[in-house]
Amino acid sequence: MLRYLLSRLITFVPTFIGVTLISFAFIRVLPGDPIIVMAGERGLTQERYEELVQRFGFDQPLWQQFWDYLTGVVQGDLGNSFVTNRPVWDEFFTLFPATLELSLCAIIFAMVLGIPAGVIAAVYRGKFFDRALMSTALVGYSMPIFWWALLLIIVFSGWLGWTPVSGRIGLLYYFDDVTGFMLIDSLLSGQDGAFGSAVQHLILPSIVLGTIPLAVIARQTRSAMLEVLSEDYIRTARAKGLSSGRVNGLHALRNAMIPVITVIGLSVGTLMAGAILTETIFSWPGIGKWMVDSIFRRDYPVVQGGLLLIALIVMLVNLTVDVLYGLINPKIRKR
Amino acid sequence: MSLLKIRNLSVEFATATGPFRAVDSVDVDVEKGEILAIVGESGSGKSVSMLATMGLLPWTATITADEMSFEGRDLRTMPGRERRKLIGKDLAMIFQEPMSSLNPCFTVGFQIREALKEHLDLDRKARQARAVELFEMVGIPDPERRLKAFPHQLSGGMNQRVMIAMAIACRPRLLIADEPTTALDVTIQAQILDLLTDLQKDTGMGLILITHDMGVVAETAERVAVQYAGQKVEDQKVADLFDRPHHPYTSALLAALPERATERRLPTIPGVVPGQHDRPRGCLFSPRCKFADDRCREVPPPVQPRPIGLARCHYPLNVPAGAEEERA
Repeated sequence: MLRYLLSRLITFVPTFIGVTLISFAFIRVLPGDPIIVMAGERGLTQERYEELVQRFGFDQPLWQQFWDYLTGVVQGDLGNSFVTNRPVWDEFFTLFPATLELSLCAIIFAMVLGIPAGVIAAVYRGKFFDRALMSTALVGYSMPIFWWALLLIIVFSGWLGWTPVSGRIGLLYYFDDVTGFMLIDSLLSGQDGAFGSAVQHLILPSIVLGTIPLAVIARQTRSAMLEVLSEDYIRTARAKGLSSGRVNGLHALRNAMIPVITVIGLSVGTLMAGAILTETIFSWPGIGKWMVDSIFRRDYPVVQGGLLLIALIVMLVNLTVDVLYGLINPKIRKR
Repeated sequence: MSLLKIRNLSVEFATATGPFRAVDSVDVDVEKGEILAIVGESGSGKSVSMLATMGLLPWTATITADEMSFEGRDLRTMPGRERRKLIGKDLAMIFQEPMSSLNPCFTVGFQIREALKEHLDLDRKARQARAVELFEMVGIPDPERRLKAFPHQLSGGMNQRVMIAMAIACRPRLLIADEPTTALDVTIQAQILDLLTDLQKDTGMGLILITHDMGVVAETAERVAVQYAGQKVEDQKVADLFDRPHHPYTSALLAALPERATERRLPTIPGVVPGQHDRPRGCLFSPRCKFADDRCREVPPPVQPRPIGLARCHYPLNVPAGAEEERA
């Protein structure tokens, strides 16, 4: 197991260098000079401009800039933001809990609804529920996420007034960050209604962000279940006189989980991409919104560092998924 | 009262090209403690009729029968919950492919204890003790350790022993073994058959052995039913069947046994079993039968009386002197 993990970690190295290079190149390909953007409408003198160019190292050849960046990254230094002058690392970990909290709620929402829906659809394949569910899933999958978000806001916040429009918690509450997770911090603060407010703020963004994973998980669960249900060992389980709940929910589902957790792992990438839109729409102070703002400000170190860290997270999640395979089905561990 | 009594069982599958009749008016009788062999080529409906008895056919199958009872209890009208209490407990089945018939995600111990938990009122400790006892009964060495193994860590023969242990866990009255040795090495086949017949002798349960191997029939069974294209064509005591087969198909099958061959080339039965679209109007075996005439090709044959082995034939072979009058 340890050897397997090590060999997998070694394959991270080329991916890591690739992501570094792409994120470095991507932001520089965009038109717009970060120094001009920073100066804003007031403008700045030629001497001041030259000085800044030198300070940020833009006078160096590109390969030199990349090398400096890469050596910095290897030493754990992602550079400082042009705008706030704080280390990228610090900014990322201040904002990351907000994104993590939202992503976790979204994926839990998607799993809690998607897996049972897929199982039921597979067991009653071809029946009304199956068809209704699969067409709904297709709609959910193809829906533009920003439009869906706006629609939900209009209905649930505008007309019905059930949920707030934006932010992580009501303005009435204030307390210090302890963990960065609003659900935990609001409980720790002990203020009346703080937790409820945090939950209310989470509902719509979680639904919006979880919709595409929900559709993908439901469809994948259904097709995996259909395959597993025709296996010999399912017949054996039924021949033991087990209830259909136990046959489908334990014997079949456990085998069907392998492809399902694969798409869950892969949807972490989708979540990160979706978080950019969702966080922007709901003014959620997470890394998605931070990245968008930084791209507009041409904040090179933040965009580079942020992309790199997101890529790293996606890689780690997928490694975890691979380890989970072996726990679910020991036969895979042997290979 | 017979253990299992089935009258006029038919099973039809809805397929994309129309209905397919896999089992065609089959009768099955098994007495307490009897070993019945059902033989036939692939596609003769032997497994399907037994899966119908167990209630394990997919929803595409339509099952009809005049009678289908286990120890006098009607299986056709029994609600699902009642039937689940019966199968796996009094009525158990093992399958052809031991490797794929066990769930790869659970230890074999879990899968055996699960059957015990479902049907017997035993606590955790008693279940473990019974699982160990069962493994000893089916000849698995070092049972405590093997119970913790996953199916992929055991050989095919070991897995089939696990399947057998699982099937006899709740002391069934009737065990259906669907080609239990087909997927195994020749050396293991004999061991598994011996195990099954020994267990049958010790527990007094009924045993239905589905096979396409006449050698297996000769060695293990007391009575044998021959199936062809979904129909039962003959039903006799094993010794009588080998001595005096009444149906031409049975006779051809026996002639094709290597130990009975008299020439250098092994005799074969020309042609193949009719499928969904080329079923003959008369006797289903008529296109391959060397005795067939126009009557055979046009008129479905009757079932002959018990002394002529219930043969489904117009012109049964080896008819004993006394039985001829009875027919007329």
